[in-house]
Amino acid sequence: MTSAPPEHETPMLHPELRTDGDPDAIVRRGRRLDHAEGTSKPLKSRREPQPRGAKVHGNRPIDQAEAAARFIAAPEHEKMHDERLWDLRQKRDREMQAIPEWEELRSLAAAIKEHTLTHLDDYLEEFETNAQSNGIHVHWARDAAEHNRVVHEILRDHGAKSLIKSKSMLTEECGFRHYMASVGIEVIETDLGERIQQLDHEDPSHVVVPAVHKLRTDVAAVFARTLGTDPENSDVHYLAEAQREATRPLILQADAGMTGCNFAVAETGGFVVCTNEGNADLSANVPKLHIAAIGIEKIIPRLEHLAVFVRLLSRSALGSPITQYTSHFRGPRAGGELHVVLVDNGRSKRLGMAEFWTSLKCIRCGACMNTCPVYRRSGGLSYGATYSGPIGLIIDPTFNARKYSNLPFASTLNGSCSNVCPVKINIHQQIYAWRRELVNLHEVPLVKKVAMKAAGELLSRPAAYRAAIAAGDAALAHLPRFVIYSGLNAWGRHREMPHPPKQTFHDWYKANRAEKP
Amino acid sequence: MRIGLFIPCYIDALFPEVGIATLELLERFGHDVVYPRDQTCCGQPMANSGFNADCAATEALFVRNFSGFDCIVAPSGSCVHHVRDNFDAIEQTPEVKAVRGCVFEIVEFLHDVQQADAFPWARFPHRVGLHNSCGTLRQLKHAKSSELHEPFFSKPMDLLSKVDGIEFVTPARPDECCGFGGTFSVFEEVVSTKMGYDKVTDHARAGAEYIVSADSSCLMHQQGCAERIGVPIKFIHIVQILNGAGA
Repeated sequence: MTSAPPEHETPMLHPELRTDGDPDAIVRRGRRLDHAEGTSKPLKSRREPQPRGAKVHGNRPIDQAEAAARFIAAPEHEKMHDERLWDLRQKRDREMQAIPEWEELRSLAAAIKEHTLTHLDDYLEEFETNAQSNGIHVHWARDAAEHNRVVHEILRDHGAKSLIKSKSMLTEECGFRHYMASVGIEVIETDLGERIQQLDHEDPSHVVVPAVHKLRTDVAAVFARTLGTDPENSDVHYLAEAQREATRPLILQADAGMTGCNFAVAETGGFVVCTNEGNADLSANVPKLHIAAIGIEKIIPRLEHLAVFVRLLSRSALGSPITQYTSHFRGPRAGGELHVVLVDNGRSKRLGMAEFWTSLKCIRCGACMNTCPVYRRSGGLSYGATYSGPIGLIIDPTFNARKYSNLPFASTLNGSCSNVCPVKINIHQQIYAWRRELVNLHEVPLVKKVAMKAAGELLSRPAAYRAAIAAGDAALAHLPRFVIYSGLNAWGRHREMPHPPKQTFHDWYKANRAEKP
Repeated sequence: MRIGLFIPCYIDALFPEVGIATLELLERFGHDVVYPRDQTCCGQPMANSGFNADCAATEALFVRNFSGFDCIVAPSGSCVHHVRDNFDAIEQTPEVKAVRGCVFEIVEFLHDVQQADAFPWARFPHRVGLHNSCGTLRQLKHAKSSELHEPFFSKPMDLLSKVDGIEFVTPARPDECCGFGGTFSVFEEVVSTKMGYDKVTDHARAGAEYIVSADSSCLMHQQGCAERIGVPIKFIHIVQILNGAGA
């Protein structure tokens, strides 16, 4: 048995190892232990696995709450996600404060969009005519399948086997990558976040920052698996460079390029794509063939209107004054070909919905997602849909009311989304309206239906209600803790029950204001 | 003024002291306050869940109870918002419209109608964090929302500033939702409670002894969250402070 060295003895420790204040040091009798146990650091714990998104079973309703609970059960991911997106919201606030006419800009943007949407047929035809006279081939697609077929035909006519593309939520809507895989055409996403998601076989979790739910260690694991990088190296510069080295040759050799569109200008027949990586320019300009997928709601009447939207878009999205690249495409470049596909895919139907048509004003900035306290804590993949967050809650059910019937309930109706929306969509009121609509469509669980019917009956009968209140209080006061906090009581699973008072206000009033009616 | 006192169901059953403070405060300003005994609820729980038809009988009962007062006052922002902005399961007769048009949340009433400029009976020598519930903030517009470019104003802060000894602390995310959200709190309980934990932690970090709000429902949820994770912070409705609690 060894005893501790006497106090005056010099410990056998290299001076460099004598780190005063080291939180991991083990100290006995006021001295740091200097043998192996005392100086070695504890091994790093295993990295937290990335929580995956909602479980999708065909047409069955997505259980957003279940997926959100798994996201919250991964605290490193949830904390990073919440803080990262809240940071974007704060940057957005700072940009807003610097523009005195901010609220006026929002009103202007909303008015331009509402005017355009109520004259959409005229502006679409104007765009088509002007685009054609610029030498652009204009195609129309009624739905996702037609969009995919049209693009496939263009590629086939040119013998194209590989396609580079920039990020487009519309192509996500259309399941475009899956379709292209099924016809043997290789698609390479050029937006870094979207490329990460493509390599990981995951959908984007956010309309602007598609891989924001991933830690850099998650990205390192994906790249190690798909690009052969060092799985232990999660340095962002190393990862970005490795991806660049792997993707640039594919870009240079691609047969065709594809972009989405942020704004299509009727008066000029041109369109604008906003990116921060310049990847839309690569996609459009490196190959000779450029195809752009454009949702019909992307039309604005005149070039001058762009000034309103460009000022709002990136400030709302990322809290930066403008995107790094705002690229205007007016016609094919010399020796090249430019095709646009104008896609409906449910938009005309939405335009006819009295309570929901203004959701078509959306410019896909993601500000409502960044501010949403539910989204920040759930992760975008918990929604199991192309569009997540507040805007998703009101758009997704227009595609499939059954599958997305739970989504409008994934909200506290706090209204922050409507306040940040640069085109003033009344998002939280539409979420509320969707709840009513889903009840009318019988797309809510029976248990809720029964509970609400019972509540409605009880609350309209004062005597029965009084009796129930008394019983409820008695239950709270007398039931043992294990019943109150059982799995049957959703309130008590993660929070304490309120403390029942000695008497209700009703009884107090009867006793203390007896003279009153 | 003859005032109908609307005490929402959960305040009646769980926070009678908030109802009492509301009544006493209105009486201090000389009003004739009546609590219609047959009142239950405004219908909001069913309406917020989408079951509008199931609110009809409750809304009709509400109108029977509250018809004929000069105004109706309640210590709950979300209930007032429901009656004022969403109460449409029943036919909108002139009587229904009159009821909906004269309902006030207590802070609004004191600030805009009463224009109260002093609470000499009140003293609250504590550091408080103000929680503007989403219903009062973004629906009833009690205060400037952080998202909007508009001049600063805050009705609850104006009133509380007139209370002797009170000190405000500012949390990092002052108007982030606390996660209550009515039936959201049970149907999405994991997200709801995570938001609650974050909210009470934020206030505690800012140094608040009390979280004060015009909505007892938010406070009930936050208190349950704080007790579960052991955040030592107290909760009080704004009307209790204005009526002199702790003085």
